[in-house]
Parts: sequence; C-alpha cells; structure tokens
Amino acid sequence: MNTPANLKYTKSDEWFDPASGAMGLSDYAQSQLSDIVFVEILVDEGDTVEAGKAIASVESVKASAEIYASAGGKISAVNKGLSDKPETLNSDPYGEGWMVKVEGGSTGDVMDSAAYEKYCEERAH
Amino acid sequence: MTYIPISPKERDVMLQTIGVKSLDDLFDAIPVKHRFPKLDLPPALTEMEAMDELSGLAQTNENVRSDLISFLGAGMYNHYIPSVVDHMLRRGEFYTAYTPYQPEISQGTLQGIFEYQSLMCALTGMDVSNASHYDGATATAEAVSLAYAQFRGKRKKVVISPTVHPQYRAVIRTYVQGMELELAGDNANADLDSQPDELTSLIDDNTSLVIVQYPDFFGRVYDYTKLIEAAHAKGALVCVVANPTALAMFKTPGSMGADIVVGDGQPLGIPMWYGGPSVGFFTTRKNFVHKMAGRLVGETVDNRGQRAYVLTLTAREQHIKRERATSNICTNQGLIALGTAVYLSLLGKRGLRQVAELCYQKAHYAAAQLSKIDGMGLCFTEPFFHEFALCVNRPVEEVNAHLLEHGIIGGYDLGQDYPALKDHMLVAVTEMNSKEDIDTLVEVLSEVSHD
Repeated sequence: MNTPANLKYTKSDEWFDPASGAMGLSDYAQSQLSDIVFVEILVDEGDTVEAGKAIASVESVKASAEIYASAGGKISAVNKGLSDKPETLNSDPYGEGWMVKVEGGSTGDVMDSAAYEKYCEERAH
Repeated sequence: MTYIPISPKERDVMLQTIGVKSLDDLFDAIPVKHRFPKLDLPPALTEMEAMDELSGLAQTNENVRSDLISFLGAGMYNHYIPSVVDHMLRRGEFYTAYTPYQPEISQGTLQGIFEYQSLMCALTGMDVSNASHYDGATATAEAVSLAYAQFRGKRKKVVISPTVHPQYRAVIRTYVQGMELELAGDNANADLDSQPDELTSLIDDNTSLVIVQYPDFFGRVYDYTKLIEAAHAKGALVCVVANPTALAMFKTPGSMGADIVVGDGQPLGIPMWYGGPSVGFFTTRKNFVHKMAGRLVGETVDNRGQRAYVLTLTAREQHIKRERATSNICTNQGLIALGTAVYLSLLGKRGLRQVAELCYQKAHYAAAQLSKIDGMGLCFTEPFFHEFALCVNRPVEEVNAHLLEHGIIGGYDLGQDYPALKDHMLVAVTEMNSKEDIDTLVEVLSEVSHD
C-alpha cells in the first residue's frame, strides 16, 4: 500500500495535496475496487465544493463508488482526460489519477499518512 | 429449476423463530368475519362444461387472422409472423416471464439477448443496445432519463416533436413528474405542417434532449441530419423513435447522427394481442453506455477459453448504484425480445427489406386510390412509409362503424389527439393487406362519401 507522506487522507479513502490543492482516490481504495472501468467527474471548473460532497462517481468491474471532496473550495481544475482513461486510477492514483484541484482548500476531517495507514490496516482485519 | 417446498418441520421452526404458534396467528390483524367472506359464485362447472363456456366466449372474439381486415396501426402493426417464432418461444428452455441471468445456467438465454442486441444495433446503426424495455413508450422515456443523467440534471429542457406518438409523449410526461423538467414542443395544437428543422428554434443551451419520430406519427419520413447537427451545436443529445420495419429500407438514424435510437419491437414478429405485451428497443452510442438503463449482455471467454455470455457493466445498474443510477428499471422483455431476434434471423436483411417494400408499395397504392374518392384526400404531401393521414370529412367514429359492418377495422381517429385533425384517420397498410382488401376499403369508403 502506497501512502505518500506529503498528502492528507479521509476516512472515505480520498487524498488531498495541501501544496497543489489536488485530490483523488487513495491507493488502498483503488486496490479494493479492482479494475476501474468508468469515472465521471461531477463538478465543473468554477464550482464551489464543500469537504465531504461528491465530486466524482467511479465504477469498477465489481462495484460503484462516490468520491467525496477531501477539501472544500473553488474548483480550479478538472482532470478532463480521466474519463477516457479510467484505468489511470488503478495505475497512478496519486499522479495522473488526480481528479480535481481546489483553490483555498479547507480540509474537513483528515488524517496524515501514518494515521491513514493504521486506519487501513485496521479495516483489513 | 426445481421448486422445493418447505417441510412441516421447517415451517414449525420458522413459526417458532418469529414467535407465533400457528399460521392462523399471522392473520390475527384481520377480523374473523372478513377472513372468508361469502362469495356469490355460481355452482362449480365440470372441466367439460367450463371448456364449452370458455370456447363459446372465445368464439365471440373477432380477429385479424380470419375475420377482419385491418387498416389500424398507430404504433402497433399487423404483420405476418412465421410459425417458427412461436415455436421457439414455446420451448421450455425459454418460456418464462422471468429472465434468468446467472451465466452458469443461462448461456442460452444470454446468447439470445446478445443476438437480439446485435440485431438491434445493425438495424438502427448504433453501437450498443440494452436487453430491452417494456415497450416503445417506456424506452423513449428512458432516453429522457439518460440525457438527464448525462448532464447531471443541469439541463432542464427536453424538446419533443408534436409528431411523436401522443401516447409516448404522455408516458414521458408521467416519467418526468417531479424532475422539474420543461417539455417544449409537446403541443397537440402545433402546426403539423412545419418541417422538423423548425424545432431548432426551441433548442438552447439548457436542452438535454430532442426527441423526434421516424417515420413520424403520421407516417412521414424526414431526414433528421440537419436537426441533429443543430442540436449537437447546442450540446444537446437527440433521440429518434423509429419503426424497426421502416429501418430496413430507409437511412438509419445512426447514420443521421442520432445519439439514442429507441422504438417498439412489436412489428418484428410479435402479435398485436390486446395491445401488449410488447418490447421496447433501446440503442445508443458507446460513450453513453454507462448512463444507459437496463441490462446489457456481453460476449467473453470462460475459464476454459470457450465463448460465453455474461451481464456486462452491471456496476451502473440500480441494484448497485441505488438512487444514483440512471433509472430504477432493469426489467427486460426477455421472451418477446427473443421473439424479435428469431423473426429477424429468419427473415434476414433481404427478407425484412421485402416486408418493408411490400408495406410501402401497398400503402402508396391505397393512398392513391383513397385520395380519388370525392371529398376525401391526403392530409400531407411529404414522403411516407406505410401510414398516412386521410381526411374523411365526417366523424371518424361514424366512418369506422360503417367499415366494421363490412368487416374492416378502419384507421386511427386522429382528432382524439390533434384537434386540427378532426375527421382525419391514420390509415396503416402492411403486407397483410391484399390488393382486394385495399379495393374493398376504397369501395366501402366511396359509399360513405355518397351517403
């Protein structure tokens, strides 16, 4: 399991990068979902989102999941190429798999990487 | 599948578990005097007597196979159904109202649906078809749901041509209740002579879907390419409601650029019965497949490398996506969809085209003869397929009553849906109508005009 130390994590398995304002789905989440075949970003550039509100919808071969904003703020960028390459979420969840970026992101209830790793391990048992 | 009833022992365990002594205790809430009300029924009949009575009742029915000539269409058509269709449907492996989807035990059913989907795509010129909906009207309403979901509810307007089947439009109105959608163009008093391109003025940046019918409700055939381009320029999707028989001889909606093509499969080997059950086909482009409602069967290989069929992209369906799914309907018309697949396989590309051409030629012969009658005439001048609006210059109800006395079911009374078309009937002609049938219709209608 990959949990970069520079990111913050939510209990619903999203990550947030305080430096760039980017957010997405954690490595743990993508491995749980298995092969992701569809992603739809539910917000547009310029929208304002609150932490915890749905920003994307993801379907894998076995499940469907909503992805929630790990931080609130004004959407400054949307990864438009993602819907054509949903498998990116499996191969590079913290890089090319970013979903949206927010400006002035205020995080809700988030964990650092150590706490998140522990949280994932607990759920595995 | 084996049906295994519970044993008395199992029943007792179940009763014990929920804490009641007997089955009767479960009905405690119903007052005793209402449990077994006395029904005023006639004495029981023997099987022989019952058969006698039922056959007597059945014989009072009149049907288009032996008793009546029909010129009634308006969405449901009298076509010849090869006996193989019924033979296949009555096979025990298929003859169930419930579609079993488990790939381990249902390869035949799944293959049937896969072939149905492939045939529908070939017919409409589209990429992907679902396993079907209830009928043409519900399939059209599902197109509204797809477009609504595609724009995530942000585009609130649906433009509907007034020449889409009035009952389909009514079903759409029912489906969208509570969705706060604006339905534009859905107006029975609209100018029915206006060209489809004129709908363009109603399409704006808030429009999710434009719906047109092909041929339209009055049988007229238009090329919707320009309208579709105009809709796409505004970012809207276009749904074409098509008659599948017509698709054998006219340009496909897919080649006009349609995003969704739906319709009723009844003309493809399904009897008219009493107006149903039928089957609705739903086809779309690959990029909308995740927003498509209904089941979808795909072809794959099993763990032994053999060709196999399985439900595909199920994560988009409502049992997984719940309230976030496009639609709450996953029911397909498995048995009837299979009937259309058998019909199409049997006729083939050339056979279906032959049926379409017969309908077309006979309808044009009928239209030419009928328009010669004094005081009658065709309502529109556009090219048409196998249906046309005829002005009969007196109440259609009256005309049809007279026709029925001569063993003819007349056309659909257009005045009931379109006030401007009072005293007009929609006449449908198929390969089932012989030249003699058509000449008889002309003769009887000539008498009417002289009354």
